[in-house]
Amino acid sequence: MKRIHYSTIDGQSTGFYLLFGILAAVVAMGLGAAYFMEHHGHHVTGMDNQVIWGTPHVFAVFLIVAASGALNVASIASVFGRSMYKPLARLSALLAMALLIGGLIVLVLDLGRPDRLIVAMTYYNFKSIFAWNIILYVGFLVIVAIYLWMMFENRMNRFTKPAGLTAFIWRLILTTGTGSIFGFLVAREAYDAAIMAPMFIIMSFAYGLAIFILVVMAAYGWTGRPLGDGVLRRLKNLLGVFVSAVLYFVLVYHLTNLYATEHHGIERFILLDGGRYTTTFWLGQIVIGGLIPLALFYSPATGKSRSMIALGSLLVIIGGLAQMFVTIIGGQAYPIDLIPGKEVTSSFFDGTVAQYAPSLPEVLLGLGGVGIALIATLLAVKVLPFLPDSLADKTVDPHLEREAAATETADSATA
Amino acid sequence: MSVSRREFIGIGAVGAAGVALAPGLNLIELATARSDSEAVTSLQRWGLLIDATKCADGCSACVDACHTENGVSSHGRPETDAQWIRAAKVRDLDTGYVQTLPIMCQHCEHPPCVDVCPTGASFKRADGIVLVDKHICIGCRYCMMACPYKARSFIHEDVTDQSHNAPRGKGTVESCTLCVHRVDRGENSTACADACAAEGHRAIIFGDLKDPNSEIAQALASKPSSQLRPDLDLNTGVRYQGLS
Repeated sequence: MKRIHYSTIDGQSTGFYLLFGILAAVVAMGLGAAYFMEHHGHHVTGMDNQVIWGTPHVFAVFLIVAASGALNVASIASVFGRSMYKPLARLSALLAMALLIGGLIVLVLDLGRPDRLIVAMTYYNFKSIFAWNIILYVGFLVIVAIYLWMMFENRMNRFTKPAGLTAFIWRLILTTGTGSIFGFLVAREAYDAAIMAPMFIIMSFAYGLAIFILVVMAAYGWTGRPLGDGVLRRLKNLLGVFVSAVLYFVLVYHLTNLYATEHHGIERFILLDGGRYTTTFWLGQIVIGGLIPLALFYSPATGKSRSMIALGSLLVIIGGLAQMFVTIIGGQAYPIDLIPGKEVTSSFFDGTVAQYAPSLPEVLLGLGGVGIALIATLLAVKVLPFLPDSLADKTVDPHLEREAAATETADSATA
Repeated sequence: MSVSRREFIGIGAVGAAGVALAPGLNLIELATARSDSEAVTSLQRWGLLIDATKCADGCSACVDACHTENGVSSHGRPETDAQWIRAAKVRDLDTGYVQTLPIMCQHCEHPPCVDVCPTGASFKRADGIVLVDKHICIGCRYCMMACPYKARSFIHEDVTDQSHNAPRGKGTVESCTLCVHRVDRGENSTACADACAAEGHRAIIFGDLKDPNSEIAQALASKPSSQLRPDLDLNTGVRYQGLS
């Protein structure tokens, strides 16, 4: 394998400043929305005492889950020793940190008292999964930063593997923690399921890789650096496997619930008559986020097209947000079963499906988190050499060239 | 009056004995009534007993009294307004039998809200009262996600005209305090129980579950009672009778 040369992006073009300007505006709107929400109180949002966590949490949890998944490419290189992924490892670790920071900022700015962040850092209830997560998130940032240092500094390269392994194990624990925020909740029927932790891990693989593919395509397309078809094909095939695995976990989760009579209410709500939640589940999560990307990735007509791979990755992200919407908001909209076997009604909306509509400030805050993640990535690749000069197949892995040639011969033979 | 030396010594001895013993006698008095500065202990466990058969449909005396006592006011936005106690209508899905009863924080022995709170703002006192420390609540609302009774409210906007009984603040979570301000003054009642009694229903009894002589303990010992969601094994401090 040839030695990989990394360099910073030029960052002087109109395109760069345009992208920077757009992202800065998105971030500014997000911060403005947060200020608006904090100043007036949460009654200006769609959230209330029924739907307690809203659209900011959909974005925040998505970003946090995607963050740990974005690190996967680096893990495949450092932990599993696959050389093709090695040139991609730096960007993978960078995206992991940037997405996590974006998600955490959204989460913090949605708090009722974001000014008390210092309290969250100094008062710990060690039985709380949230408290574990605070430690896991901060630890993740530190470990991945050290991992990056090992990759960047030639003298430290020999420590890349142990650092990568530590980061890999940490990210598995971290996503277990994120899934357990919901998995350990006994109060609500949509949660309280041990499968949520592993399901969140496999979701993170899919979301993180989809974002990674899009960022690589954009970065290489816009800077005119070569990006090999073989590299993209490998990434796309891997994403297809992850998307299938997410569908499998979703299937098992719902089958388990469908078997137990006590969960028929929530299943009926999500799968059949939950209105927008049912639509979002079937159309958003399953069709747009699962079946269409799989068809795009594996159909011979579209599987090789770069625009179709990009479209498929984008759909995985949209499907991921849909899945978060159904899980987080759908899970709360369905009323709590206060007295099993009885219908409870009151002025506090007991027994009624909560009416929730995302408000503009919530959406802007959520998008602001995405903007923070992307602007951090953009600035980082400008100041530090994260991106290899070339991701052409022959530079990355000679096998890829041979593979490509073999596929073409096979194709022409079929034709 | 002249006092001989012998008498003087006698009076002095009695006086000295009095000075020495008086604080001890005072302590005996104090042992029966806790002062403000003393820590609460697990010798008591405060709770409520609600008799659903005595709760009157359409009556909101307990709700009104609670919200007046604690300064919980409405902003005319029912979805985001706080409710510490609510009158619920319970209909049996098979038989159609309808009952009414108040629902509030159940003051669990093993409260899920306390388990999940990242900062420890949600806490349970030694005497069983579950509270929110408004100084370290960061407003994450995880406790509201975890509570099986939907007992908690988030303060969605600025609060004015607060009651000195219950400090409140925008951006934090709150719920029934079991009128802890009264408990700490040594009063054996809550606003809801008093209001219910004043209406003549006596559907709510407040008291010490650990004191076998208390009205609540005796009522629990004499008739069947239940908890909300007993399957969760939270051992609630609020119990219900007549809920069928």
